[in-house]
Amino acid sequence: MILISCPWCGDRDQTEFAYGGDATVQRPAPDDADPTRWFDYVHTRDNPRGSHRELWFHAFGCRQWVEVTRDTATHAVAGAVLAGLRVGEGETP
Amino acid sequence: MQRYSAFSLARRALGGHRGWEPAWRKATLRGAYDVVVIGGGGHGLATAYYLMANHGVARVAVIEKGWIGGGNVGRNTTVFRSNYLLEDNIRFYEHALKLWEGLTEELDFNLMVSQRGCLMLATSLGEMNALRRRGNMMRLAGTDAEYLSGDEVRREVPNVVGEDDGLWPIYGGLMQRRAGTIRHDAVAWGLARGASARGADIVENCEALDFLWTGGRISGVRTTLGDVTCDKVVLATAGSASLLAAKAGLRLPIESHLLQAFVTEGLKPLVDTVIVWGGPGHFYISQSDKGGLVFGGDLDGYNSYAQRGNLPLVEDVISAGIGLMPNISRLRLLRHWGGIMDMTMDGSPIIGPAPVDGLILDVGWCYGGFKAIPAGGWLAAHAAATGSPHELAPPFALDRFARGRLLDETGNGPVPNRQ
Repeated sequence: MILISCPWCGDRDQTEFAYGGDATVQRPAPDDADPTRWFDYVHTRDNPRGSHRELWFHAFGCRQWVEVTRDTATHAVAGAVLAGLRVGEGETP
Repeated sequence: MQRYSAFSLARRALGGHRGWEPAWRKATLRGAYDVVVIGGGGHGLATAYYLMANHGVARVAVIEKGWIGGGNVGRNTTVFRSNYLLEDNIRFYEHALKLWEGLTEELDFNLMVSQRGCLMLATSLGEMNALRRRGNMMRLAGTDAEYLSGDEVRREVPNVVGEDDGLWPIYGGLMQRRAGTIRHDAVAWGLARGASARGADIVENCEALDFLWTGGRISGVRTTLGDVTCDKVVLATAGSASLLAAKAGLRLPIESHLLQAFVTEGLKPLVDTVIVWGGPGHFYISQSDKGGLVFGGDLDGYNSYAQRGNLPLVEDVISAGIGLMPNISRLRLLRHWGGIMDMTMDGSPIIGPAPVDGLILDVGWCYGGFKAIPAGGWLAAHAAATGSPHELAPPFALDRFARGRLLDETGNGPVPNRQ
């Protein structure tokens, strides 16, 4: 079981969350007409073995999106912050 | 190569089973090859075999970080089938199915191919309509599909679906009689034996670290056992495709995910076909020759390179299984394991030349890699030996993502954890 430290709710089981994927991909500006940037945003991923910044939605909790830093080789969670308000590693908003 | 037959078995038995030769030769890495295949799993070994058997390539090496049979080729639920929805997928997996039908004799190694059929179940009218559509697509693409009513399903698999259906009403099913199961370890060993007998060097405990370049073209591989040069490199890794492709400067449309599988204690015959249920729960089950029920379900659902899963998914799979088959609720699990799936953004594999000279991709097998082994090897070998794609290969090219020509079998969009 992965224990995710929600910035609002504290340590909660992974079963309360829905996975939202890689948090590092940046959506291009709406008027960006370059198809390669959109292709990268939609399809390609770094897919690292090790530290991974990812989004989880606390569906059965505070219903906030949180950005979790988790090791993909060990599943160890290093920390979580509110998505979109990232101010620093392990720091809560 | 020592041939296997009833006669050779009797002769060795009389001699106290002394004198059996190893099934395949453990080679040491030489300095130069025509083709180096990275990854000694099913696809890597099949690629090496077909490079030599179909195309007469003389010098082939397969380098494997661990040992032969230790990766996903030994970590699956041993099912083969071609009951897909999209025409390109059906044709490709049908090619694999036809190759499976003849590989035992071709390799002179008993793969224990058992065409016991694959029955997809529907527990609602909507599911049945989807299965009928799938069956229509399969028939149009030239493979076999048989529609079963609820009563026919109950007669066909009385131990799976009883008189009163349990929790889920059975509306019907879609049967592919030529599908079935194979002994997966025999696949690894049979292909290793076939490739080795034709002169391929299979090198275990040899990790690919980086690529060697000559004028913007890949010309070799740096391994833990030294550098090796070659004309072509085939990347046939499962679970680590993104990491190795990054060394070639590629960023793939792949996320690595966990898939768990389970085996129960041995039972007398209970399930004589492969049951697949993709309804309110996702569950597939078959029975091994030793009597254990082999089953699985969904991905764990988050990026992972750990070859072990978590308990929430165990509960999810088993509750789906018991919902369908209450009669298995008291069984104990004998084994339970996890493998890493390279999930692509559309749930279909990537086969063909990479946008880097000298590199062929046979990666991104999601969780369909085992059944595709001979066809994946066939197409990868064709691309490496001839420099042009096999007629079945273009739909699986890497550039389909940029071109928007996706092979999205489940219709989930670019969300690998839901494929």
